[in-house]
Amino acid sequence: MSVTAPLNAALRRVPIWLLYILAVIPPVWLFVQGLNGRLGVDPVKAMEHQMGLWGLQILIAVLAITPLRTHLGINAIRFRRALGLIGFFYIVLHLLVWLVLDVQIPRQILGDIYKRPYITIGMAALVLMVPLALTSNNLALRKLGPHRWRRLHRATYVILLLGAVHYVMVVRGWQLQPLIYLALVVILLLLRVIPPPKRRLA
Amino acid sequence: MTRWNGDLRQSDITPKSVWLGRRQVLAGMGFAGMAALLPRGAQAEELVPNSFEEITNYNNFYEFGPDKTDPARHAGALRTVPWAVVIDGLVDRPGTYDLGDVIASGPIEERIYRLRCVEGWSMIIPWQGFELGHLLRRVGVQPAARHVRFETLVRPDEMPGQRRGLLDWPYVEGLRLDEAMHPLTLLATGLYDQPMPNQNGAPLRLVVPWKYGFKSIKSIVRITLQAEQPVNTWQAMNAREYGYYANVNPNVSHPRWSQATERPIGGGIFATRRDTVLFNGYGDQVAALYAGMDLARDY
Repeated sequence: MSVTAPLNAALRRVPIWLLYILAVIPPVWLFVQGLNGRLGVDPVKAMEHQMGLWGLQILIAVLAITPLRTHLGINAIRFRRALGLIGFFYIVLHLLVWLVLDVQIPRQILGDIYKRPYITIGMAALVLMVPLALTSNNLALRKLGPHRWRRLHRATYVILLLGAVHYVMVVRGWQLQPLIYLALVVILLLLRVIPPPKRRLA
Repeated sequence: MTRWNGDLRQSDITPKSVWLGRRQVLAGMGFAGMAALLPRGAQAEELVPNSFEEITNYNNFYEFGPDKTDPARHAGALRTVPWAVVIDGLVDRPGTYDLGDVIASGPIEERIYRLRCVEGWSMIIPWQGFELGHLLRRVGVQPAARHVRFETLVRPDEMPGQRRGLLDWPYVEGLRLDEAMHPLTLLATGLYDQPMPNQNGAPLRLVVPWKYGFKSIKSIVRITLQAEQPVNTWQAMNAREYGYYANVNPNVSHPRWSQATERPIGGGIFATRRDTVLFNGYGDQVAALYAGMDLARDY
């Protein structure tokens, strides 16, 4: 028996609906904290940045699922759809905070998307996520067929790169944390190309 | 418009008990009450200062780290006693001046200024300080001098941001001589009735209210009078995004941020933006400095 077997057995017992329930808590908590003046001096930016960061983290977890299986033998694939949808939902909230609470003025929003490369890139990532979110259900999978569905969902790779680059560009100057996220995305993509180690049979 | 000058008296300054409590009162009132208290127009006209807590917990001071909360977290380690300022270059009386000596250059006044950050937010800050012009006249500016170059302290042991390559240290800023001599230009030594908090640039910082905040260099250790225009830190870092003049101007868009509007800090999550005003509202006093200049080219 391999060392990952108990972990995989435990993962199989976690109900997927639990993820959706748990995912609602952080944004609601963040909003309530913001309403009550507990997010520091600039609650709008705090909410905007936190939603973006959580979204990116969850989408990086989605990207980690395949290498976890191929390189470590940990099987979390049954959570991938839920995590992908939750990540999308968080990024939509990130966008809504920016639109409604931060920039507010429609003309300025359009100008920002058009003129500011980091916003253009972020918006491109979000737009690319829409067809993936819409086809993250069994009906769409059946209609598209597994081959076409998989090819469509490879857009995830581009989305994660765009998202991480958006984060690198959004900060002033070169800062460490966004670069770590970008490096993580690149490593998780490279692990798909690097052959996994041969697993010994017990 | 005289919002800057001497007709602001001690009685115009919000008493300490009031500003300490303002935030709590607002939080208790909830959003509806806050909106009633700080309507959009009234806030702009009356220059109601932000609370001491807001002003000291939301700072761009990369010497202590890139996040707005880093300075408040890390600036406690900065030692500001003793403090000396080197004044050199094209001056009659160059030398290393003790802080007390520098501060004795002119009367300390209270000035309530709007601070507009290049990132698109603004705060109202009740500074204490004296006009930079008083100091410059005292050390004797030589006729060949055209610009003033300022330098921030470099002390990586006490400034964790300087142990990382965030910017080229020391932080450098500059003003044209006529900008430096303008009566609005302040060397600030405190805010509200407090000595300057470390995270706001203790013990001595520049305040140039018609320019974006990054021009108002903090924790100054050197002032140099020179003929040539200095290269300020952000300009050296990215000349396309940051210029030498950095005058607040809603018509000149920054590659990262539209400058047409700004978010006043302190209004909660539903605060509305206000329109940014040319020269941050100080145009009556300073527009003449730039007569004939193309502000889009000299941004």
